[in-house]
Amino acid sequence: MRQFEVEKKTTRDAFGAAVYELAKEDPAILGIGADTTSNLGMKQMAADMPDRVINMGIAEQNMMAVAAGLAASGYRVFGGSFAPFVAMRALEQFRTFIAYPHLNVVMAGGMGGLSAANEGVTHQCPEDISIMRSISGNVVVYPADTASTKAVVRALGKHEGPAYVRLGKFAFRKVFDEDYKFEIGKANLLQDGKDVTLIACGAVIYRALQAADMLTEEGISARVLDMSCIKPLDEDAVIKAASETGCIVTVEDSTILGALGGAVAEVLAEKMPAPMCRVGIRDTFTESGDLDGLMDKYGIGVKDIVEAAKCVIRRK
Amino acid sequence: MEKELKRLKKMAVQVRRDIIEATSHGAGGGIHVAPALSAADAVTALYFKIMNVDPEDPYKNDRDRFILSKGHAYAVLYSALAEKGYFPREELLTMRAINSRLQGHPSYKKAPGVDMTSGSLGNGPAVGLGIAMAMKKQGIKHRKVYVMTGDGECQEGLIWETAMAAPRFGADNLVVIVDHNHYQSCGALDDIMPLYPLDEKWKAFGWHVMEMNGHDMADIVSKLSIAKEFSGKPVLIISHTVKGKGISFMEHNNAWHNGRCSEEQYQIAMKELDGQEQAIEEGRM
Repeated sequence: MRQFEVEKKTTRDAFGAAVYELAKEDPAILGIGADTTSNLGMKQMAADMPDRVINMGIAEQNMMAVAAGLAASGYRVFGGSFAPFVAMRALEQFRTFIAYPHLNVVMAGGMGGLSAANEGVTHQCPEDISIMRSISGNVVVYPADTASTKAVVRALGKHEGPAYVRLGKFAFRKVFDEDYKFEIGKANLLQDGKDVTLIACGAVIYRALQAADMLTEEGISARVLDMSCIKPLDEDAVIKAASETGCIVTVEDSTILGALGGAVAEVLAEKMPAPMCRVGIRDTFTESGDLDGLMDKYGIGVKDIVEAAKCVIRRK
Repeated sequence: MEKELKRLKKMAVQVRRDIIEATSHGAGGGIHVAPALSAADAVTALYFKIMNVDPEDPYKNDRDRFILSKGHAYAVLYSALAEKGYFPREELLTMRAINSRLQGHPSYKKAPGVDMTSGSLGNGPAVGLGIAMAMKKQGIKHRKVYVMTGDGECQEGLIWETAMAAPRFGADNLVVIVDHNHYQSCGALDDIMPLYPLDEKWKAFGWHVMEMNGHDMADIVSKLSIAKEFSGKPVLIISHTVKGKGISFMEHNNAWHNGRCSEEQYQIAMKELDGQEQAIEEGRM
């Protein structure tokens, strides 16, 4: 089974660093946070370009609406806070004043999914992807590691319209290298297979790859798709996977209600019905703990993915 | 100046006529008429005296902005924009109806001249602060962002986040006008959630606070002119108004928060407005 090293930096660090690189090239780029610019990796940018990073204090709704005003005046704004405060507390400001006027604002949710880990349920946000993908015209991305985060930020720097990026609190496993390719609305085929397809996003992609290795040992050939871009979803890749491998397992550290699993299920139900299983957090609040331990306890262990794969294969 | 005031007063009457026309004959159903009428004089002064805007080039970056944060008073904004020449007056009868550019609450760029989406209460000053900060960054001087909120709207928490933030960012190009008409949807503001002392609260947050009679055009022009030139602090103007102002049966009557005129009410309202125009013409008003 492949092993993946924990990175030295977080995707939050990578986000801020990538925004800083973009800001050097594009004078229209601003950073904004709600006492979170340092948490989003913008400390260096704020030090070197003090007029390009705005800290609105602990006031997420104001931060979000101010970002809308800046974008309505021609700026391209990259900002954020912790996921529950972006995707919940300031959701209406994001929806009505950023997404509805289709402004160029990328909001990051640090501590997305389970990644707030030992901070507990107040700061975890397994709901962010479900919530943010329901907003019309919004792009929703959950990069797996620092290299992919950098590629995602670069792509969003050229994108017209709103986007939400889920970031982690602690360092994730390194899955990709610097030549990672990211295109909005496109999945990446990580390995081909014929018996089942595992579709994963973000911090759990490495677990999907490990599950594929365990399945190989049992003679099962698994395709693995990196679906870091949850919206717009690469429907063609989903349909192709269902058609060619006959069954699907989605993997994410999100609620199974309406996130990647929900998005894939919608495509399958309407366009290519196939047995599927959503690996993710069941309808429950979790608890404090280390990220790996939480994933294992709440149903996102490598063994859970393997079991789900065998289950959907049996249902073919 | 007298001639100028007469022109503005007559324009305010015309804006009220447009509002009543839409309230009576519009295709979109009921209109939030009384909150539009309380705001009519100040909005008229902004578009026809104070702001530098160009209907031929509605979104040029170098312009003053207006955000109607109390977006449920859309009828006053659409009427002022139509009179200013952004779109034909006849289009006012489509407001809130299907396929209209005049959405149920203002939508950014959908109708020409709408500077920002609004209507979800409490957000206008914050979005306005963002635009004001952008103006500063872009070196746009001598332009301001005018935001009009309702008084009940000041019950929203976000108002006070922005109240705290605007002085911190030196946003002396932000002018917030509170249309203080004493009513909100469910009744009298004082019964539901009093705000006083409203002036002291804003002053404590670091704003320059002024008050004006929101139905005295001379006072409105005077205070808005001061606000236009003011520097050093963001400006907050408490505009003392009457909900439903200008139409006798609507004044102080919260039943007209949202409504539709019968033909008889329409005739009465139009006759009153004609009378007001006559009085202005004769220097009696």
